[in-house]
Amino acid sequence: MSSYRIQGATGEWEVVIGLEVHAQVTSKAKLFSGASTAFGAEPNTQVSLVDAAMPGMLPVPNRECIRQAVRTGMALNAVINKWSRFDRKNYFYADLPQGYQISQLYHPLVGEGVIEVSLDEKDPEAEIKQIGVERIHVEQDAGKLMHDQHPTRSYVDLNRSGVALMEIVSRPDMRSPAEAGAYLTKLRSILRYVGSCDGNMDQGSMRADVNVSVRKPGEELGTRTETKNVNSVRFVMAAIEHEAMRQVDVLESGSKIVQETRLFDPDKGETRSMRSKEEAHDYRYFPDPDLLPLVLDDAFLDECRATLPELPDAKRRRYETDLGLPAYNAAVLTAEAETARWFEALLAESARIQKKGEAEVAKAASNWLISELFGALNRLGKDIEHSPVSPEQGAELLGLVADGTISGSIAKQVLEIMLETGDAPGKIVEDKGLKQTSDTGAIEAEIAKVLEANQDKVAEYRGGKDKLFGFFVGQTMKAMQGKANPQVVNELLKKALG
Amino acid sequence: MTELTDLGVRALRDGIRGGEFSAREVADAYTDQVSRAKELNAFLVETPDHALAAAKAADDARAKGDTLAPLAGVPLGIKDLFCTKGVEATAGSHILEGFKPPYESSVSQRLWDAGAGMLGKLNMDQFAMGSSNETSAFGNVKSPWRRSDGGNAVLTPGGSSGGSSAAVAARLCPAATGTDTGGSIRQPASFTGISGIKPTYGRCSRWGVIAFASSLDQAGAMARDVTDCAILLEQMAGFDPKDATSLDAPVPNWEAGLSSDLKGKRIGVPKEYRMDGMPAEIEALWQQGIDWVKDAGAEVLEVSLPHTKYALPAYYIIAPAEASSNLARYDGVRYGQRDLPDGANLQEMYAATRDHGFGDEVKRRVIIGTYVLSAGFYDAYYTQAQKVRTLIARDFDMAWQDCDLLLTPTAPSAAFGLGEKSDDPIAMYLNDVFTVPSSLAGLPAMSVPGGLDKQGLPLGLQVIGKAMDEQGVLNAGLALEERAGFRARPEAWW
Repeated sequence: MSSYRIQGATGEWEVVIGLEVHAQVTSKAKLFSGASTAFGAEPNTQVSLVDAAMPGMLPVPNRECIRQAVRTGMALNAVINKWSRFDRKNYFYADLPQGYQISQLYHPLVGEGVIEVSLDEKDPEAEIKQIGVERIHVEQDAGKLMHDQHPTRSYVDLNRSGVALMEIVSRPDMRSPAEAGAYLTKLRSILRYVGSCDGNMDQGSMRADVNVSVRKPGEELGTRTETKNVNSVRFVMAAIEHEAMRQVDVLESGSKIVQETRLFDPDKGETRSMRSKEEAHDYRYFPDPDLLPLVLDDAFLDECRATLPELPDAKRRRYETDLGLPAYNAAVLTAEAETARWFEALLAESARIQKKGEAEVAKAASNWLISELFGALNRLGKDIEHSPVSPEQGAELLGLVADGTISGSIAKQVLEIMLETGDAPGKIVEDKGLKQTSDTGAIEAEIAKVLEANQDKVAEYRGGKDKLFGFFVGQTMKAMQGKANPQVVNELLKKALG
Repeated sequence: MTELTDLGVRALRDGIRGGEFSAREVADAYTDQVSRAKELNAFLVETPDHALAAAKAADDARAKGDTLAPLAGVPLGIKDLFCTKGVEATAGSHILEGFKPPYESSVSQRLWDAGAGMLGKLNMDQFAMGSSNETSAFGNVKSPWRRSDGGNAVLTPGGSSGGSSAAVAARLCPAATGTDTGGSIRQPASFTGISGIKPTYGRCSRWGVIAFASSLDQAGAMARDVTDCAILLEQMAGFDPKDATSLDAPVPNWEAGLSSDLKGKRIGVPKEYRMDGMPAEIEALWQQGIDWVKDAGAEVLEVSLPHTKYALPAYYIIAPAEASSNLARYDGVRYGQRDLPDGANLQEMYAATRDHGFGDEVKRRVIIGTYVLSAGFYDAYYTQAQKVRTLIARDFDMAWQDCDLLLTPTAPSAAFGLGEKSDDPIAMYLNDVFTVPSSLAGLPAMSVPGGLDKQGLPLGLQVIGKAMDEQGVLNAGLALEERAGFRARPEAWW
């Protein structure tokens, strides 16, 4: 995993990466005002007097935002600071009405934590790496400038102004674009499990500032650059790759890396300079005198802990040990909270219908979900949340296979009809007459016809060409329109062929 | 017959309740006084309709036999730092000229809920930065007082609540709201021979009060006597969930708790307040005050507040630091004045707006505040000042082991002439030397008139109490008031 190296003219280079992830806290109201946070509203319709920084307006912390950040910290096994404080970060910009952002520099809400990542979650042999989380603090988002509304003017939309963000700062523990990608993916998964951030990177709910430096293996850390606001896992990996190569080129040409802020251009796949350290703002951080220190009591922390769901790592281990699922299946089903939720509903319902323990039905259910339903959803371009088939319908379908009402191949047909019509599988089987038959008379009649029509092959079979047995099974099943019980067909064919 | 404008809050309230006069008559009398006192420049906006509407509500309620609200029909002056719905609020600065807030500050809303009316918005030092009222962008308030030397020197009403002090002293309103960051209620009260109380930090909501230095700003009451201060403050104070620093504690019935009997009270006299070069008259008044509280039954003892001399420097770091950030929102974008030179970009618009919108004193403090928060200077200034603040608070805590209240002069001098100190910021800042320590510690403190100096100008005595002990402060104030028998009032020359 850590063997990623850039081959330069002067030898190998190691890449050192740290990520600062800004995650919008899932909350109906903003961090310090009661205004709504819903995405996509008309500009400047979700702005309170506080968000617009009217004279004399004061921030009041929103307990739900704090709760979500604490739960996130707990999910990362991080230290929760029972005493934290808000600071003002002062700078002037048109999207920042107060002239300062309320953030936490000196005393963040959450301290050291860790995220366990595997470069390939689906490979049980893949190396596991611990990526340190330095801190999580909560802060206000700024508004948004719109430059495309008027030929000479820029417009300001304050809907985002004051929305709560968690800034999750990693240690510089990553050594390859793939590791950074795995970290971000895992972090996003955990946030979605916890329910503290929806992780919608395309809507800006999650974005990353990417810190990159390069060095000869074993040497001191190099000078880093920070690429701001990268908004997808793929772009983060691309930005790192480009930026690391650029730094190697700069160093090998005898120049030095300038500590600076850069931007990633997704169209060109490259980073470019935004401002250097010399141009960096002096933010004049100081404790926000409008707010008292945030002091959390044990009851609050207990409540936060009690509402934490089972997290992906624990769930994956449970699927493997308790349900006996293969590592691949367990990894796929737990990667996203929605998938796991769907699977667990399917599992519970299947166990109920089949009157069996969950562990007994788990493997068939997981295989069906991964190979059949995922395949179908993929074709439809839908994710599991928007599946036209419910877990209950899936369980009913699996039940029909388990009790021999339909065969596996008929089940595939039934699923297709379910996806189209939304009908229950039992109804589809009934309406279309897809029930599997074990009626020996009907099967024997079809077998007789098949043998009659293929006398040459019968002779060959009897002459020792055993492989032809499959051909007769296929012909018989075809003649039965797939509805014959395959086991019965097998037995009757063997008898008929002697 | 006594003029209605000679009556204070309690007399007006009781008179309206008892039917001795109507609230309408009160409102008419006061609005008339206000309209005839433009020379004092105490009011930036006059709102007679507001006062008359409250008067009508009070008279109607009485006619119907309803129980009258605590301040029914009492007209008040409101310092322009309070946002008042639909009425221009400028904080004495050009940068907010024309700004009519679409909301009402929590404190003023409480007063209207209590039945009071508003006579108008009172002039003040720009953004409450100043001790003489000379930093107001709309011209300084003139004190109604003049020296007895027969000269016509125009005197300061003090600052920053100079409009409030002048209006109360000149009988333009029975009482007024003020705000106090480092002495802005107490010093002007002292200069104009009225009473003023700054309660414990957090007693009065800051919501809707234009911020100067958030950790210090506190609203309070200014009136002609201690009782009226108690009545007004009782209606201003109270927990407000919209202010995260608001005190979540019940507001006592201070008026009912008033007692000038100080038996059993130990009153400390801080030796560090006896400063070199303090005028003999101030010294003498202080001694007089000591005698008065002893007469009221208190035991007086000397105490030490060893870090007092660091209070003023620390204050003039912390307050500008907070102000430099609080005033960043005045950028010409959303309200108030905007200065957009031809072809100007965003930064140039900010610069032009602030250059023309802010006065010199505001600029001075914004620059000082920006400097002390800058990288490389933060620890040397801001962090040190915060440490001093902690030590000052500890000084008071130590003193409270030996005494219940402190007695000091309010200001190091009587009112000075306008222009006498305006070129010397340090001399101006020294006005706050006795008031700033209790502000830094967030303690309740009040000024009551003690007497006149030899030029016939009022001098005030300050009582400082423990956090939440406004009652103790008011009671000691009342004991001083009864013994001082201060009856002097400025002759109307305006």
